[in-house]
Amino acid sequence: MPSPRYWREVPSRFRLEAVRCRRCGKPSFPARTICPACRGTEFEQIGLTREGTVITSTVLHVAPDEFAMETPYAVAIVETPEGARLMAQLVDCEPSEVKPGLPVALEFRLIRQEGHGGILCYGHKAVPAGA
Amino acid sequence: MRDVAIVGVGMTRFGELWETSLRDLFVQAASDALHSARADHLEAVFIGNMSAGQFVGQEHLGPLLVDHLGMVGVAAGRVESACASGGLALRTAFVEVASGMSDLVMAAGVEKMTDTADVTEVLATASDQELEAYHGITFPGLYAMIARAHMEKHGTTEEDLSWVSVKNHRHGALNPKAQFPAEVTLEAVMRSSMVADPLRLLHCSPVSDGAAAVLLCPLDQAKQYTDRPVRIRASGLATGTMALADRKDIAVLDAVQRSAQRAFTMAGLTPADMHLAEVHDCFAIAEICCVEALGLVAPGTGKSAARTGETALGGRIPVNTSGGLKAKGHPVGATGIAQAIELVEQLRGEAGARQVRGARIGLAQNMGGSGASSVVHIFEGS
Repeated sequence: MPSPRYWREVPSRFRLEAVRCRRCGKPSFPARTICPACRGTEFEQIGLTREGTVITSTVLHVAPDEFAMETPYAVAIVETPEGARLMAQLVDCEPSEVKPGLPVALEFRLIRQEGHGGILCYGHKAVPAGA
Repeated sequence: MRDVAIVGVGMTRFGELWETSLRDLFVQAASDALHSARADHLEAVFIGNMSAGQFVGQEHLGPLLVDHLGMVGVAAGRVESACASGGLALRTAFVEVASGMSDLVMAAGVEKMTDTADVTEVLATASDQELEAYHGITFPGLYAMIARAHMEKHGTTEEDLSWVSVKNHRHGALNPKAQFPAEVTLEAVMRSSMVADPLRLLHCSPVSDGAAAVLLCPLDQAKQYTDRPVRIRASGLATGTMALADRKDIAVLDAVQRSAQRAFTMAGLTPADMHLAEVHDCFAIAEICCVEALGLVAPGTGKSAARTGETALGGRIPVNTSGGLKAKGHPVGATGIAQAIELVEQLRGEAGARQVRGARIGLAQNMGGSGASSVVHIFEGS
């Protein structure tokens, strides 16, 4: 990922910045220009709460090269209290224990290292709530 | 719109074809299609290809491939919709002929996947790079999430998934073009190595090289090329959310539902009118979700269709008689065209040991990404 692209995504990756449609109330994460639910274009800025619930998940045993050292690792779709859904790795637990409905906290973590440039790319990972 | 028929077909064997380049794969399939229709000219070629730019560092496939076909000058271009690129090429060619723009058009698909080591990463570019691939998810991982959602909602089991692979390998064993023309046992599937829980290696389609091509012309000109044209009754194309997280119900492939509804409406037919279907079983769970979304089985009953034999050869609605992506192979851009070829052979009564008796009408469904794009075509024999 070239660095301008990584830099551009910082608001959503670092601060979980999202928007809520003023017309229909649907949250969009990351922010969008047009609401996917009602095509509204007026939004309120919101920040996602750093907690949520697992909707579905998997445990990866075969991974892309840059994540190969981390297998097996769990990845889940998490829904926040605002109703926004996002994908995140689920860490600090046995991957096999991740089940739908599991309450999680979203924590700021290192996600990956960018190719040969070596830029460290951060974002959020989920951990079981209270862990 | 004019009625459109397929009048010629050609495809390579699917597999790890180390000795054959992308351009030679295409030339082999395209030449066979031309010969089968005794055609010596083309007005246009649409090439379905997901990612030659990443797999072999080659873009601009239109001129390259018609050049190697010895047809410099012919209108040509590449169309892309990830693993549904072949289906999209067929639809593009269909529209070109139906509209009256051209009279003899080739829809082809080609993918050369074994020239690169980074296949998983290349395929992952069909997911949302910013929201999904960034976090280390893979395509088996996305479909594994769909599988777990389906298990949660419908009680689908790992054994249900495994029966899909057993059935498709049983079909593929009868297909000389298949990458794996061999049966597998239920035990072998359930013991194979875990890729993305609950999906094991034998629930996943393989990495493949291959090409396929079909020739289209107006139905009223078809007799110039063949005694047995197969009419394309309908084409339905639809999209769904790119990110899996944004689906209303992760266990439902809604783009597949929409593409099917459009195709059935255009044809004036229903799922019950189908005698067979080729569906996009990139992973075992995909076939289960697709037969439900297409309406070939009742919602929630897709899980048992392979085990009971409902979707097996000899069953009520045979699905993936070619062996499907699982056993036949999945050179991603070629898959949608290869599905159409299986339908043509079946509806002409030329499918040999795989023949569905009395087959006259069938559909092919080709899907991109985690189900964000889907193309359905309905075919009718003459």
